[in-house]
Amino acid sequence: MYDFHYHRPKTLADAANLLKGKDEARPMSGGMTLIPTLKQRLARPSDVVDLGGIKELAGIKVEGNNVVIGGMTRHADVASSADVKGAIPALAYLAGHIGDPQVRNRGTIGGSIANNDPAADYPGAVVALNATVTTNTGRHTADNFFKGLFETALSDGELVTSVSFPKAEKAAYMKFPNPASRYAMVGVFVAKTAGGVRVAVTGAGPCVFRVKAMEDALAKNFSSDAVKDIKIPADGLNSDIHASAEYRAHLVNVMARRAVDAANK
Amino acid sequence: MTIPVAMTVNGKPASGKVEARTLLVQFLREHLGMTGTHVGCDTSQCGACVVHVDGRSVKSCTMLAVQAEGAKVITIEGLAESAEKLHPMQEAFRENHALQCGFCTPGMVMSAIDMVKRHNYQLDEATVRRELEGNLCRCTGYHNIVKAILAAAPAMKSAGV
Ligand SMILES: Cc1cc2nc3c(=O)[nH]c(=O)nc-3n(C[C@H](O)[C@H](O)[C@H](O)COP(=O)(O)OP(=O)(O)OC[C@H]3O[C@@H](n4cnc5c(N)ncnc54)[C@H](O)[C@@H]3O)c2cc1C
Ligand code: FES
Ligand code: FES
Repeated sequence: MYDFHYHRPKTLADAANLLKGKDEARPMSGGMTLIPTLKQRLARPSDVVDLGGIKELAGIKVEGNNVVIGGMTRHADVASSADVKGAIPALAYLAGHIGDPQVRNRGTIGGSIANNDPAADYPGAVVALNATVTTNTGRHTADNFFKGLFETALSDGELVTSVSFPKAEKAAYMKFPNPASRYAMVGVFVAKTAGGVRVAVTGAGPCVFRVKAMEDALAKNFSSDAVKDIKIPADGLNSDIHASAEYRAHLVNVMARRAVDAANK
Repeated sequence: MTIPVAMTVNGKPASGKVEARTLLVQFLREHLGMTGTHVGCDTSQCGACVVHVDGRSVKSCTMLAVQAEGAKVITIEGLAESAEKLHPMQEAFRENHALQCGFCTPGMVMSAIDMVKRHNYQLDEATVRRELEGNLCRCTGYHNIVKAILAAAPAMKSAGV
């Protein structure tokens, strides 16, 4: 790892100031992605701004019809939160199935969605539940936030401060984990909220995506039978030593049906 | 960039000057000479380096020493009351032949203690296996590790640890 300047600001405003105008400065939340990247010398930041000391960034609140999760909130805290389990059990389930217990004890929601790994779990929930991402400078809708492989709508120095998830009438997440890393080979999040039905797929493509045909079918008939015959094309899906694009396309259908069944339980 | 860092390790104050890039595991092993915590991989996957920071199990190879500023750190060296009286989890590993080469063992024991406490001393086999996701062992085949953890849970409860 190359050395860098380390900062541990106490407020969001200080963190933003430390990042401002420094092209090579990087924020750090849980460090569970950033530190391995630095260890492999895949990045060489001049400054690392640790968000871990900013109290206002961590925590879970229920505000009206929404569960609002602070950017610095660890996966383990989302998984065990009574508020999340009460309002959106599928979200607590998702957080509890990220990586392993030690990864969950450090990794955060803000770091996960800012990183936008194609195999990350949270993007599925953010898109399927039509969550709103709040940053220090504004808000992004779920559909506009995830732009492509490791790419988001965040501009340089913009920090995820919280994610607001509307409560779901029915929701479930089913993932087919890579047996070695536990990242999603394919993960499907299905949600029925006041805004309609959404089906979001992670792990299969370069970035989380929705399956409109499944959403329309489920809006008419929220049962796994309704999506049974909806195949998705393998074109453009990920293909690697773990699974071919065709296999991933097949898994999307299987995971979608399992998710609908779980949501109906 | 050198930074002074101070924390509590196994109940005793520990401090030093580190580089920003110094990992917590390097601080423990190279600065404090506490080599019980191991490093088994470069990819944050093996769990040989697991320690407790403020009561939570973490991979000390994926945390900077400066991130532990002011924290309470417990390592494998901090568990046994004395050379004669091991922690119930260590004793259960010994009784159940839960180690062969021993390389993964410090991390296994630290993860196992956190697991037992989080599940309020009540575990079944499936839970233990799932919870061991972040710890790899190349020797034992896990079976005896699982047995040891299941045996240690009630022993920890009655010992009040
Ligand atoms: C062994 C292992 C297994 C894993 N398995 C899974 C899995 O199954 N599923 C899964 O989804 N993930 C998995 N992960 C990733 C894990 O969830 C990470 O915690 C997560 O991707 C990044 O979160 P972090 O808080 O650690 O972010 P960091 O590593 O701190 O940061 C990641 C990136 O986001 C930036 N960043 C951090 N915080 C913010 C912010 N608030 N605003 C803007 N930018 C920010 C950083 O600059 C960096 O580029 C795994 C990781 C490991 C090591
Ligand atoms: S050395 Fe830390 S996870 Fe392998
Ligand atoms: S006992 Fe050798 S790696 Fe586990």
